[in-house]
Amino acid sequence: MSERRIRVLVAKPGLDGHDRGAKTVASVLRDHGMEVIYTGLHKTPAMIAEIALQEDVDVVGLSILSGAHMELFPRVRKELVERGMDQVLMIGGGIIPQDDMQTLESDGFAKLFGPGTNTGVIAEYIQTEVTKRWAASEAKA
Amino acid sequence: MASSASNSLSTRLLAGERLALSRMISWAENSNSRFPEALEAIWSQVGRATRTGVTGPPGAGKSTLVNELCALIREEERTVGILAVDPSSPLSGGALLGDRIRMEDRTADAGVFIRSMASRGSHGGMARSAVDAMDVMDAFGMHDVLVETVGVGQAEYDVVAAADTVLVVLCPGAGDGVQAMKSGLLELADVIAINKCDLPGADRLTSDMTEAVHLRTAGRDLWAPPVVQCSAGKREGVDDVLAAIKTHREHLKEQLDSHRRRKRIQQVRQVVGERMEEALWEEGDLTEQVEALLRTGTTPYATASNVTQSLLQTARVNQAKGIQA
Ligand SMILES: Nc1nc2c(ncn2[C@@H]2O[C@H](COP(=O)(O)OP(=O)(O)OP(=O)(O)O)[C@@H](O)[C@H]2O)c(=O)[nH]1
Ligand SMILES: [Mg+2]
Repeated sequence: MSERRIRVLVAKPGLDGHDRGAKTVASVLRDHGMEVIYTGLHKTPAMIAEIALQEDVDVVGLSILSGAHMELFPRVRKELVERGMDQVLMIGGGIIPQDDMQTLESDGFAKLFGPGTNTGVIAEYIQTEVTKRWAASEAKA
Repeated sequence: MASSASNSLSTRLLAGERLALSRMISWAENSNSRFPEALEAIWSQVGRATRTGVTGPPGAGKSTLVNELCALIREEERTVGILAVDPSSPLSGGALLGDRIRMEDRTADAGVFIRSMASRGSHGGMARSAVDAMDVMDAFGMHDVLVETVGVGQAEYDVVAAADTVLVVLCPGAGDGVQAMKSGLLELADVIAINKCDLPGADRLTSDMTEAVHLRTAGRDLWAPPVVQCSAGKREGVDDVLAAIKTHREHLKEQLDSHRRRKRIQQVRQVVGERMEEALWEEGDLTEQVEALLRTGTTPYATASNVTQSLLQTARVNQAKGIQA
């Protein structure tokens, strides 16, 4: 009898001071039945990964407005991998140019959502991806 | 196969791997079928940590206080595991877990492990997962385990009541002392912290609570919970709160084992209840029996008596057989 629920860390790295978008996403994901850990502003990649580990999340969502995404995403990923959290699904949102989006998504390590994305779409994406990952890890165990 | 997975996870946990600690807490809260075996493998290491339950009305400053207590405990070179329980949304089943926002300065500290937990559906299930998570942190080697729940209901009370010491946090402005008394929080308390003493009304609340404690405990063989003032947000008086927790622990000293065993009995009782329920209603044919009885026109109470009698009868016969064999 397993009662697993999707756990998501919504984090805000970098220095910009707005977290309304992040808070909105957090509550939408909650309304889709997920358990959302919200961490507040100004997190370093190491802190984000450490929280992800302590909370054993399935998803790390980064909200970035400062333009530092090309640097931050890989750094968070690296910190996660160092902690053995390579299964974590990374998603991101914010103002990210199309080219950068493609670069980040092509490595297969992040899925990005531009401003104005329907939040329900994000929730659905998470549900599908995490369910896949769970099935894969169950098969391995 | 399941067995080797739980073995390796417990081995990794006992070797001090934080990811294993985290994952085993997930097993506990997901009621993963591998958890009981994993717990078995680490059980010899459970029982060394002190356990403090922190509860109180929403917004009283519990997380802030836990964070400051944690800072003080770290100065004593002791490691700390924190479990922060927040309610799940009854509608979606999801949850926003925000306690650790108040504990952010602890994230970089390798001697601290903070885990947020949603209360999820069933009331007994939550208390069980929380106790399991405390056991896992204990086995990992955390010296002190702190668990925070919002003091709003029986399920939340059950969680903190499983700890050695219960700290109830109140603050001025969040209702008066009478409300705290009505809620039953005071009966649970081993230590009462009046937080936000920088705000008006703190002295009044403190004297109300002191009097309430006196009325309840005077002349009786009961622990009188000390009422301690603090302002966690200003890092004032937190040392007094910690001292009061230690005093209570000192007081428990001789009875700590029996105190803990009583709480374990509660845990076992609950698991037995769940197993019985499952066996009787989901795997057994009790539903059909009851339906047949109701068809004959018996009342719900008569039906229940009838069913209970026959179950007990069966149990006695089986027990007698067991003795003979
Ligand atoms: N004035 C004052 N405010 C405080 C103090 N301690 C905490 N607060 C504030 O009280 C608010 C609630 O603090 P938390 O620590 O989140 O309270 P909590 O009891 O954990 O809240 P829930 O978990 O949501 O029930 C925050 O805005 C804190 O900054 C204090 O000593 N004085
Ligand atoms: Mg809190």
